Amino acid sequence: MWVYEKKLQYPVRVSTCNPTLAKYLIEQYGGADGELAAALRYLNQRYTIPDKVVGLLTDIGTEEFAHLEMIATMVYKLTKDATPDQMKAAGLSGHFADHDKALFYHNAAGVPWTATYIQAKGDPIADLYEDIAAEEKARATYQWLIDLSDDPDLNDGLRYLREREVIHSQRFREAVEMLKEERDRKKVF
Amino acid sequence: MNKHTWYKTYRPYISPMDPCPPIRVKRYSTPPQLYVGFQPPGLEQFPALAALKAGTLWKCFYDPYYSMKEIKKGERE
Ligand SMILES: [Fe+2]
Repeated sequence: MWVYEKKLQYPVRVSTCNPTLAKYLIEQYGGADGELAAALRYLNQRYTIPDKVVGLLTDIGTEEFAHLEMIATMVYKLTKDATPDQMKAAGLSGHFADHDKALFYHNAAGVPWTATYIQAKGDPIADLYEDIAAEEKARATYQWLIDLSDDPDLNDGLRYLREREVIHSQRFREAVEMLKEERDRKKVF
Repeated sequence: MNKHTWYKTYRPYISPMDPCPPIRVKRYSTPPQLYVGFQPPGLEQFPALAALKAGTLWKCFYDPYYSMKEIKKGERE
């Protein structure tokens, strides 16, 4: 089970009224390498992985939901006061026609989220290597979002999220080290 | 600990027939986790509040990304 804390993991501030940024940010909401995909991937894989790394997948999978919430807050703040014309100018008319200002799980190009973005192979090394790759791809996505954004406050939050992907990748790499360790081999000094 | 650089560059081939002004140097990220392996004990930490802001407790993993635009504007810390 989970315990919910009614606050964001890191404060989200947006300094400019720029709904176009929301269109880009939605990539990390419902995109292939986004936070939803990450959370669902790890929290599902953890059932069929050696005990000593289950907790890591639970922790990181849970944190990804906290990141999802930050992205949602950013998108919401950037669009909540936009007029239909501003939504149109931001390239969000298709989104507006279907969802008004509601958030939805699709990527920056409007493609809806699909479970085919993630995998659970049941092979611990294959799954952890996928997880490492997913973290590096999420890190890269944050880089491209920072490149696209002119909003210093938003970029501060995005830099925080990218840093977390660095740490997640590090921990998954350590998980691989733990699983490949040759415990049974006699060490000769 | 920081004997590595977190960014590398390369020079792509530039054709005389390219339609756009060439970007002569391309940059890519090679962040700290590529070099550390299993984290050794006793590494230097940020103070608690700075760690919450940085997104990591460990100084060796701190690699904030700035766009070229931000770097040119001198926004890089
Ligand atoms: Fe992550």
